[in-house]
Amino acid sequence: MERRKREKGKERRKKGKKTGGRAGREEETKRKPRADIISTVEFNHTGELLATGDKGGRVVIFQREQESKNQVHRRGEYNVYSTFQSHEPEFDYLKSLEIEEKINKIRWLPQQNAAYFLLSTNDKTVKLWKVSERDKRPEGYNLKDEEGRLRDPATITTLRVPVLRPMDLMVEATPRRVFANAHTYHINSISVNSDYETYMSADDLRINLWNFEITNQSFNIVDIKPANMEELTEVITAAEFHPHHCNTFVYSSSKGTIRLCDMRASALCDRHTKFFEEPEDPSNRSFFSEIISSISDVKFSHSGRYIMTRDYLTVKVWDLNMENRPIETYQVHDYLRSKLCSLYENDCIFDKFECVWNGSDSVIMTGSYNNFFRMFDRNTKRDVTLEASRENSKPRAILKPRKVCVGGKRRKDEISVDSLDFSKKILHTAWHPSENIIAVAATNNLYIFQDKVN
Amino acid sequence: MMLSKGLKRKREEEEEEEPEKEALAVDTWWLDPRLPAVAQAPPAVPSNSLLDLSVLKLHHSLRQSEPDLRHLVLLVNTLRRIQASMEPEATLPSVPSPPEAPGVAADSLLASSDAALSASMASLLEDLSHIEGLSQAPQPLVDEGPPGRPSGGAPPGLGALDLLGPATGCLLDDELKGLFEDIDTSMYDSELWAPASEGLKPGPEDGPGKEEGLELDEAQLDYLLDVLVGTQALERPPGPGR
Repeated sequence: MERRKREKGKERRKKGKKTGGRAGREEETKRKPRADIISTVEFNHTGELLATGDKGGRVVIFQREQESKNQVHRRGEYNVYSTFQSHEPEFDYLKSLEIEEKINKIRWLPQQNAAYFLLSTNDKTVKLWKVSERDKRPEGYNLKDEEGRLRDPATITTLRVPVLRPMDLMVEATPRRVFANAHTYHINSISVNSDYETYMSADDLRINLWNFEITNQSFNIVDIKPANMEELTEVITAAEFHPHHCNTFVYSSSKGTIRLCDMRASALCDRHTKFFEEPEDPSNRSFFSEIISSISDVKFSHSGRYIMTRDYLTVKVWDLNMENRPIETYQVHDYLRSKLCSLYENDCIFDKFECVWNGSDSVIMTGSYNNFFRMFDRNTKRDVTLEASRENSKPRAILKPRKVCVGGKRRKDEISVDSLDFSKKILHTAWHPSENIIAVAATNNLYIFQDKVN
Repeated sequence: MMLSKGLKRKREEEEEEEPEKEALAVDTWWLDPRLPAVAQAPPAVPSNSLLDLSVLKLHHSLRQSEPDLRHLVLLVNTLRRIQASMEPEATLPSVPSPPEAPGVAADSLLASSDAALSASMASLLEDLSHIEGLSQAPQPLVDEGPPGRPSGGAPPGLGALDLLGPATGCLLDDELKGLFEDIDTSMYDSELWAPASEGLKPGPEDGPGKEEGLELDEAQLDYLLDVLVGTQALERPPGPGR
């Protein structure tokens, strides 16, 4: 696939034609340098909006420009639509702990009226945000003057009906619900149910079901905490609702297993309906086998027939009807298999990569190191490695496929394994729901790539 | 970030932990032939340095104000796997230097100072768990509710206290301590460890390049001991912040 590149980088902080959200302070100058590291990326259901969350608790939403007939070549580009501070650092005085404001996940609700709604979560608290536009302002109040000051009633001699007049478009973000105090451990996933009335939040040991309208109560639907913590050997790493069946969800574990649960079976889904696990390959066994088998992300296909999982070295596609092994396995960066000890030493082996489907479930994408990301075409079985970096591609240029040289003679454009930069990891990517537009987060920069327009 | 081929990494580089891994630029690779990763087929028995590294990582993880449970569980499981495969050697004489350590002075010193760390962590946590037992408030915890029933978000009438765990925090949580109770660090136990002992504190001469890390640990351990003895007012201990 050819790509036209549109880089955002620090530009995303600049306000576009629309002013930034009024909720939250603008603290750009006071931000710590690492606060801009992007921690989640998500398109909404139409692809019109793209939300990013960062380590500093801030959410930045981009909106796609309307395509104009005059400039066919300039397909809709994404500009900053709204910026707001979703979460603040909190201090738990009792435990003497600081709760990070980093946004772990953002999930959009389907649009039901003019406003947009999204869920954002840090380690402990989920919030429902309403993002709405205001382009009219009431004028002509009787009791207030134009600056909003109260008028002396004695001076009012006539009455008039206030009218709505157009104003500069303003985008506001307001927190509508705060779902707090339900997680002892760190929240790793949130997922909106297809009934649009409930959603779930998952931490290391428990999954809770919420109703959007009720914030002081949630149902615990999965609890894998052992009675004796000495027996703890496994944690929940990701969870997601089925896209169509509101009673079905899956969750993955640190041992490389996936459980599918049906909420109709029982109130507490501790017994799974299906259990997906691939037997270990004895030739690949090492002391790090378990760590690299830990699943970092699980995603249903849009069709709902498959699930995709990401572990440290591979992406796997599973058919819901076959539990004993995946139907497809893709090697993301198998050249790292012989470097596991070093990656264990520098903790990279614990990195959690996400994975995404394209709109038609024919291509899957995931990130790697050195700002590389990989795409696998499930039909043609072809794959490509691309790089998201300023140095290697100019805006509007077509991305060149990259190749990692494993051993032997390195060709001119190849990169040797030992030259890879492991601080440049692409953990978060997103794919437009229907078009070939992808968003790739490279540390604190956001890259948006589109298909080339002929 | 180029690999320097043919150079064996110095011993002290192994011990440096980078808490801020997001900004980490890996500029050296282990080429230590003792390590399993270099060989195509991992050896059945792990090298001592892998065990040391794992124990060190575990301690580092536990020292975080709120340990990442997934990281901890994976570490513990890996450590168990390593120890399980080293079982046959456990019967050999232990203190202070592991039997198959190459005749490098640093190696045995490393083991004994790590032993000190292990032993001190174990004894500290034991002491702290006694304190927990004395001061533990009744805990109608959210997470102890009957399964399947609504668990409170912020039920009226209950304060924040009731929704949290033991007051001493995750690090000192009885439960987490239990995580590594079954890990046998007895081969590292050193009878030299005594809080009042001057001679124990691993000084700069004990291991090249270990000074920084160890002195930091020493400071924290000393502080915690003082707290136990009650000579200091309780305040949030200094440490690597987030």
